[in-house]
Amino acid sequence: MSETLLEAEGLHSFYGSSHILHGIDFVVRRGETIGLMGRNGMGKTTLIRSMLGHVRPRHGRVAVRGKTMTGSAPYLIARKGIAYVPEGRGIFPNLSVRENLLMAAKPGIDGRRDWTYERVLETFPRLGERLTNGGGQLSGGEQQMLTIGRALMTNPDVLILDEATEGLAPLIAKEIWYIVRQIRATGIATIVIDKNHAAVTSISDRNVILVKGKVAFEGSSAELRAQPELLHKHLGAG
Amino acid sequence: MDLTTFLIQLLNALQYGLLLFLVASGLTLIFGIMGIINLAHGSFYMMGAYMAFALTSATGNLFVAILLGIALSALIGFLLEWGLFSRLYKRDHLDQVLLTYGLILVFEEIRSMIVGDDVHGVRIPEMLSASIQLSETLSYPVYRLFMSAVCIVLAVLMYWLIRHTRLGMMIRAGSSNREMVQSLGINIDLIYRLVFALGVTLAAFAGMLAAPVSSVYPGMGNQVLIICFVVVVIGGVGSVWGALVAALLIGLADTFGKVIIPDYAGLTVYLLMAAVLLWRPEGIFRRI
Repeated sequence: MSETLLEAEGLHSFYGSSHILHGIDFVVRRGETIGLMGRNGMGKTTLIRSMLGHVRPRHGRVAVRGKTMTGSAPYLIARKGIAYVPEGRGIFPNLSVRENLLMAAKPGIDGRRDWTYERVLETFPRLGERLTNGGGQLSGGEQQMLTIGRALMTNPDVLILDEATEGLAPLIAKEIWYIVRQIRATGIATIVIDKNHAAVTSISDRNVILVKGKVAFEGSSAELRAQPELLHKHLGAG
Repeated sequence: MDLTTFLIQLLNALQYGLLLFLVASGLTLIFGIMGIINLAHGSFYMMGAYMAFALTSATGNLFVAILLGIALSALIGFLLEWGLFSRLYKRDHLDQVLLTYGLILVFEEIRSMIVGDDVHGVRIPEMLSASIQLSETLSYPVYRLFMSAVCIVLAVLMYWLIRHTRLGMMIRAGSSNREMVQSLGINIDLIYRLVFALGVTLAAFAGMLAAPVSSVYPGMGNQVLIICFVVVVIGGVGSVWGALVAALLIGLADTFGKVIIPDYAGLTVYLLMAAVLLWRPEGIFRRI
């Protein structure tokens, strides 16, 4: 079995006094694509933020590349090759497109520099046309491309996409999915959170459904498709 | 006003404005990027002036004193951010004002214990003590030109740092989304600590540079603090470029106000502020 890059064990997290995660186990191995699903408020983003150090879990363990990093500073976890494209994108509106990309540049954990400024611009030609524009002047789709491109500039081994296509026109969303496939093909492990379950399962190796802070289902896309009642019950999908 | 007098006043205005910029640039960075209202910022200016006095007395050389003072104030800034200010980011402005007002009192007391409450002077170094003769009766001191030149160099370096280096990009990015910067593997806490130390050092350096032309006296930081807040408000909170423009405008308004309407000179700076705020409520330049 390939190397475990990111792992959560028995994770319990709270926001204030509300108990969001109830003992979650979650694993990301090298190169695999995981669909993380569940209705709003079921704990998807909290799980991600707990693993990334933005939320300190009350109980449980987070390990990155086999090393326990529960509640470590987010920048230390990110330096282990974990890149995050948050919901709402998180571009820096007061920096130009070029600056948004350049400020993030760093080699991967093994020193490789597969993703350079030039390669990101090749992957996202639209960004190349808007290099001097402020991040805040971009359209929603362009902002999403910028956030993904910026995450790639850190040469990650795991890329986490939280609602990457939310609020985008269908054609732009399609373009994003195309890019996610390309990234997946380069061997970067991805966690994809998205409301378009058909699109997620068409690229994912494994799927995890969260219900009220617990793992309600874990299995391959084929297994999930064989149980349409699960999708209906837990995700409200037809 | 004849041309020579005008030229001298212009140079004075420039020198005063540039010195204000050194103090205000740190204030605007700390306010704009970290969101902290630092009332103790003027104390760093006072500290610098006293360091220049004490260290020049000890070493006999203003330049050696300035080098030591820079190292000392950077260290003080670093430790203050680590020990106190880093705990203030998530607090509201009232807590910040209380702590930093308290710091003014503490710094004045420490100053009183170490150097006493007397007014002191610092001698202009021999090599810069000359004056340039502008007319039969008027001359301009070389040291003031030296001050302006040093300030201009520092302003250019600051602009380059903030606008054109990766560190500057990270600093600006941190002001818009701190959490996202961390998610890119960047230790934003350390960067903020360095920015804070830089702000303290710039203010202290301004105090050191000014020590030979103004006297060194207790409470000298408080006057500077108020005028620096005016600079920050006029320039736009967080904008280093805005601070430069605003500081120069204030230098002009204050200097020429004293010449043209001496009876109301104290008002000119505040009239300027009111006028700018009517025209642009957020200051001349928007953020960062």
